[in-house]
Amino acid sequence: MPNARKFKFSLPSPAGGRGVGGEGSRTLKFWLLFAALLLLPFVIDALLGRGWVRIADFALLYIMLALGLNIVVGYAGLLDLGYIAFFAVGAYCYALAGSPQLALAFPLLFPEGAHLSFWLVLPLAALLAGGFGVLLGAPTLRLRGDYLAIVTLGFGEIIRIFLNNLNAPVNLTNGPQGISRIDPVSVAGASLNSSQEILGITLPSVHLYFYLFLAIAALAIFVSHRLEGSRIGRAWMAIREDEIAAAAMGIDTRNLKLLAFAMGATFGGVSGALFAGFQSFVSPESFSLMESIMVLCMVVLGGMGNIAGVILGAILLALLPEALRHGAAPLQQALFGQIIIDPESLRMLLFGGALIVMMLYRPAGLLPSKVRRRELDTDEVTETA
Amino acid sequence: METFLQQIINGLIQGSVYALVALGYTMVYGILGLINFAHGEVVMVGAMLSLTALTALLGWGVPPALALALGLLFAMLGCMVLGYGIERVAYRPLRHAPRLAPLITAIGMSMVLQNLAMMIWGREYHAFPQLIDNTPHVIAGAIVNDIQIVIFLAALGIMAGLMFVVHRTRLGRAMRAVAENQHAAQLMGVDINRVVSITFMLGSAMAAVAGLMVSANYGIAHYYMGFLLGLKAFTAAVLGGIGNLRGAMLGGMLLGLIESLGAGYIGDLTGGFMGSNYQDVFAFFVLIAVLVFRPSGLLGERIAERA
Repeated sequence: MPNARKFKFSLPSPAGGRGVGGEGSRTLKFWLLFAALLLLPFVIDALLGRGWVRIADFALLYIMLALGLNIVVGYAGLLDLGYIAFFAVGAYCYALAGSPQLALAFPLLFPEGAHLSFWLVLPLAALLAGGFGVLLGAPTLRLRGDYLAIVTLGFGEIIRIFLNNLNAPVNLTNGPQGISRIDPVSVAGASLNSSQEILGITLPSVHLYFYLFLAIAALAIFVSHRLEGSRIGRAWMAIREDEIAAAAMGIDTRNLKLLAFAMGATFGGVSGALFAGFQSFVSPESFSLMESIMVLCMVVLGGMGNIAGVILGAILLALLPEALRHGAAPLQQALFGQIIIDPESLRMLLFGGALIVMMLYRPAGLLPSKVRRRELDTDEVTETA
Repeated sequence: METFLQQIINGLIQGSVYALVALGYTMVYGILGLINFAHGEVVMVGAMLSLTALTALLGWGVPPALALALGLLFAMLGCMVLGYGIERVAYRPLRHAPRLAPLITAIGMSMVLQNLAMMIWGREYHAFPQLIDNTPHVIAGAIVNDIQIVIFLAALGIMAGLMFVVHRTRLGRAMRAVAENQHAAQLMGVDINRVVSITFMLGSAMAAVAGLMVSANYGIAHYYMGFLLGLKAFTAAVLGGIGNLRGAMLGGMLLGLIESLGAGYIGDLTGGFMGSNYQDVFAFFVLIAVLVFRPSGLLGERIAERA
């Protein structure tokens, strides 16, 4: 009875199909998670100290970045090695618009600097980064994957060289010194850079940023999740697995790849603007190739194409430098009486090693997505090759 | 006019180094269809090894010419072992995996090498000992010194040697056969793994020579020198048509010329807006332009989309 089988497949599964109360327990879980996340900065603060709340803030930023790169690398299968450039575009966008820097570049036009509101700049930063994504993607996406990797790498370097050198003849980026005194993000008139009192609880600045980043990271997760199952997401995965077959099925591969690039870049731009507001300082140093590699590492380690995996990867790798600083340095001190390998280079060494080991032994990541695992399964590919 | 000639000379010398490194990329690409991302780091390791050996040998009172030869030999051997190791560890197990996988291991390998080099040789710049008399010759107003002449001639010699190996020897025939069709070559009794290993070793030996040349020319070596050099050499390989040996040489020379002329004249062209500090940008614009307008490169065949 082929008909019956087909019917069963296309039948939408009823809501709460896992049994009575399924819907209710999911809502309950959601609210529990929500409450736990709200309390998290206080718990971290109490147990580990305020510095770690700041690290948690950065972890959230990295989650957004990694989710953005996951769209490009994980869903569409395009290796982007210059991803941090989009982060830089977003960061400099807000740095210019929200600091006295423009007074140096165009004293007549902006005697005090632009000082635009963060919420006005954020969509602009997203749009601009997305535009850069299209700009980079349009000429290169016809090419094979490995060319794309090199071109994106070159693009990342170009952006950094320009940021480093655009301090003359018009001082736009202030060169290697970077732009400082960037306005803090403010919500409903209250600056997030000073403690605020809400309902009798004093929230320090890092906590406030934690909640802001949490909200935007949640939005990023939501968007990623909806994209994944959408027509677009499925088309991306089809392109990733076999571009020619995807094109034969009527998928406009070129435009969809461009869309993936633009979408990933947008995520990068948004996180960049947040980063600039949070740090109140940006310099080209923060946007080196190492950062691109680090975000790529997060995606690969966690599991390309799987949201939970990418989040896990981002959290792990954002915590790693701290773990090394607090763990590896004293350990070496105790064992050898001196620090032989400084934590920074040990970190990069571990990243490089992790990329190799993951690809060799667990190419689909720590938390693999089902489809991706199937694709990266070496044996299967050899058979069809 | 004198500046023009000077830029041409600088460009050719820089270009000959790019060409040597580009040959390493192009040979591996021709045979495996893989971009050996870590090749730039092999150049760096070559420079560092030769520098270490040279300094030690000179310290023992070995005459400079012999020290140079021994130092170069040491670096070449070291890099050959390294190249072999890279292929065995990072590429061979993934030869039939999807394209993304070996690319990612290559990046990982590059990170590992760079950081290992930093641990071994430190973050500082190493000065290259002065071995030959460095009095500049003035030719029609342009300055060129002995080191540069040696670099240029040596690069040409090595390229000629490589062409001989590839086109006139049994090994070269095997290499070309594997590049053409791996399965067919295997059926004809070619040991593919051996050919691939030898290709990596040849490319790495040339990278070692290039590393020595770069550090001799600029007088310094640094753990980070391989990254940008590797990228530019890759650009050169793409410009000439990747997979094509003559293309890599042509691309290297052209890229060297473009860079040095570009850096020399960009100030005048943009009315002082951009200076020679934008030198590194040219390679990338060339890369993007080539990929857009002629993805197969100047001498390459059409590259089909491989699924």
